Amino acid sequence: MVKEKVAGFHYELYKNCLVIYVTQDLDHHAVLSLRERSDKLIEAGDVKHVIFDFKDVGFMDSSGIGLLMGRYKKVMFLGGRAAVTSVGSAVDRIFKISGLYKIIEKYDTPGDAIKALEVKYEDYI
Amino acid sequence: MKIIFESCSENEAFARTVVAAYITRLNPTLEELSDVKTAVSEAVTNCIIHGYENKEGEIVMECNIHNNNISIIIEDYGTGINDIQKAMEPLYTTRPEWERSGMGFAFMEAFMDKLEVESVPGKGTKVFLEKTIGISERQE
Repeated sequence: MVKEKVAGFHYELYKNCLVIYVTQDLDHHAVLSLRERSDKLIEAGDVKHVIFDFKDVGFMDSSGIGLLMGRYKKVMFLGGRAAVTSVGSAVDRIFKISGLYKIIEKYDTPGDAIKALEVKYEDYI
Repeated sequence: MKIIFESCSENEAFARTVVAAYITRLNPTLEELSDVKTAVSEAVTNCIIHGYENKEGEIVMECNIHNNNISIIIEDYGTGINDIQKAMEPLYTTRPEWERSGMGFAFMEAFMDKLEVESVPGKGTKVFLEKTIGISERQE
């Protein structure tokens, strides 16, 4: 398992699932650095699925939607999926209004997401 | 309340926090607070990204409370909007390369009671937001 910690976010890599724990409010300012870091990780390793955990996110605006849709498109090309976990009520409203759940799946915990994604989208057993 | 601040992305959090503190006296629910913060964040981000195209500039934010009503004006003196109607369409963005979702105005509209936009190309943009706080039935 690969771990990395920077201000505002930390990452863990379980096999081919990249879990990004966001630990700050997700606005345009936060998205600028998070986008670059997460894309480097997706491109560097053999990442298939990307999971964003929102346990420590109290606020999100439309910039967060742009970030998630962008990463979703990226992993789709690799045959993967994007998921969100530990979504609180404020962030959940933003996701619902934006229609994000039509393309990105929601799970309770990163562990749940990893299990589900591995079962649903594992094509090289 | 009126403040002037620089158009840099760090000030997005500053602006919404100031407004959140300002409306505390209206005793908003967590949901109402979140609504207003989101709308302010969208408007200020628009000034920074679209108004000033990530260059230096000044953003003016004015808030007034009248009874249970909060009104917020957020203004920049940047590029302005050529077609406001088009800009307000959900999912429309002039900046897909920056992964803008095109939902800024849609969120402002969804989370506030009133949204008005005035803009003069080359002169700037002024966004008017209004919301009545404490009207919705509070659940015990």
